[in-house]
Amino acid sequence: MKVKELVCIGCPLGCNLKVEISEEGSMEVTGNTCPRGADYAEKELTDPRRIVTSSVRVSGGHLPCVSVKTETDIPKDKIFDCVKALKNVELLAPVKIGQIVAENVAGTGAAVIATKDIYVQ
Amino acid sequence: MKTEIAIIGGGPAGLAAAVAAREAGVEDILIIERDNELGGILNQCIHNGFGLHTFKEELTGPEYAGRYIEKVEELKIPYMLHTIVVDIAENKVITVMNKEQGMFQIEAKAIVLAMGCRERSRGALNIPGYRPAGVYSAGTAQRYVNMEGRMPGKKVVILGSGDIGLIMARRMTLEGAKVQVVAELMPYSGGLKRNIVQCLDDYDIPLKLSHTVVDIKGKKRVEGVTLAQVDENRRPIPGTEEFYECDTLLLSCGLIPENELSSQMGVELNPVTSGPVVNESLETNVEGVFACGNVLHVHDLVDYVSGEAKMAGENAAAYVQGTLMQAGKEIPLKGENGVRYTVPCTVDRDRMAEKQVVRFRVGNVYRDSFLCVYYNDKCISRVKKKVMAPGEMEQVILMKSKLEAFDGLESITIRIEQE
Ligand SMILES: Cc1cc2nc3c(=O)[nH]c(=O)nc-3n(C[C@H](O)[C@H](O)[C@H](O)COP(=O)(O)OP(=O)(O)OC[C@H]3O[C@@H](n4cnc5c(N)ncnc54)[C@H](O)[C@@H]3O)c2cc1C
Ligand code: SF4
Repeated sequence: MKVKELVCIGCPLGCNLKVEISEEGSMEVTGNTCPRGADYAEKELTDPRRIVTSSVRVSGGHLPCVSVKTETDIPKDKIFDCVKALKNVELLAPVKIGQIVAENVAGTGAAVIATKDIYVQ
Repeated sequence: MKTEIAIIGGGPAGLAAAVAAREAGVEDILIIERDNELGGILNQCIHNGFGLHTFKEELTGPEYAGRYIEKVEELKIPYMLHTIVVDIAENKVITVMNKEQGMFQIEAKAIVLAMGCRERSRGALNIPGYRPAGVYSAGTAQRYVNMEGRMPGKKVVILGSGDIGLIMARRMTLEGAKVQVVAELMPYSGGLKRNIVQCLDDYDIPLKLSHTVVDIKGKKRVEGVTLAQVDENRRPIPGTEEFYECDTLLLSCGLIPENELSSQMGVELNPVTSGPVVNESLETNVEGVFACGNVLHVHDLVDYVSGEAKMAGENAAAYVQGTLMQAGKEIPLKGENGVRYTVPCTVDRDRMAEKQVVRFRVGNVYRDSFLCVYYNDKCISRVKKKVMAPGEMEQVILMKSKLEAFDGLESITIRIEQE
């Protein structure tokens, strides 16, 4: 049996998780305050993922950039590819919150959406 | 110009206060904001992790602000942008200034202070040496990178492990910079644990606790910094110096509430928080003047800011409607033995709601300790906490019925105790 310790990033409480992994690979999670902690631990040890936030250039808007995020979490090892891909995107104002900025970013299947309204100026 | 309720600052606190006051039935409200858009500092906090409590989903800063801006628009609450408040007189006459109208005055019946906070500046940090270019506060760098699309530098050292510093360590790494190290003077981090995991550990950025910058190299532009370990008294230990080559030093050394306006108008400030002393209604010592959000005390969770601001907005509404009960006996609330301060500072049993949230920060890391509440000198609750840390705001809830049932209540004390 192996034991791993993690900090849950599910919410600002940041519970200290203890994961016991049996020989067969089944996991038992303790230390979580809510069920999301157990899900996080299993995912973190098998297929770690993150939501990625960044910003993308906009022309003609009240600001030169708009903040964006991946709509779903993407594999951790694709984070840099995702940010790189967004470097090549340029939008034209106006931009609406929730608007799709890029589809299937870095081949992850996830869309990137705007998280702010940019109006024409 | 006249208004029933003037709200100073259009960040999350000001917005939530305005919405609550309108929902409580006050028509005549005015939000005054110096920036060119509503939303406050959240506009530059583009990462996710906001709103889990309020909206039960994980939003980014701009999305969280967007929800409240939408409500303000829906309710047609008037606001002025590009307009800075330069003075508030004790009789609630507000002097403001903008490009179009110049300087003018607004008479308010009630005021909600929601000016947020600013970053501790470098001057307060006492770093010796020249003052070369390339030294930024973490919040300034955040604004550059996230809102203006400019990178301050390529090789970075960060002093201070507050949340903004941690978030910027990740952000600049993703944008192609090499973040060499985050140094923290204290033996514990000032930021949330989740940010250490997802901003530093994810990118193998080392966190050096009990370390500080002792020298900055470079005359025109930063060329490097020297870190050293510090002893228990936060004095650098000779022989522990390490040099890091870098072109940028970010300072993330904490925030201070922005209260020049408040003190000018005679609002009493708490020296621990640098925020106003408030009672259970979040009212300051000046009648009809309320405070909420980061101007009151520095929050790390915007959800708490919105909750607090809602209460301030409701009480301001009750004040102008004449339904806020006259203040009666104020029972002082005290923090002791590691509890650095409390918000509010007093409670009035007649005025309080059935449940009164009291928020505070602790002065050190406490493990397996008890959080205790005393009425006079009688301990009435003792809750074991696995860990309490200065980076995370704590709270206790006082019950009106219990306070009323206690004869001869003169003071309430919150303290940390070991076994
Ligand atoms: C630089 C910085 C970065 C931060 N980053 C994070 C983060 O990454 N994650 C996180 O959870 N929290 C972060 N915070 C904390 C965050 O600010 C709070 O959770 C929340 O935004 C506080 O809301 P507020 O409305 O009290 O203050 P603010 O959002 O600061 O809003 C105050 C508003 O008042 C306006 N104002 C001030 N003075 C005047 C005046 N005289 N006249 C007119 N308008 C005025 C300001 O322009 C501003 O819009 C950060 C804080 C700062 C200072
Ligand atoms: S286990 Fe639940 S409560 Fe604890 S940090 Fe994770 S999401 Fe938050």
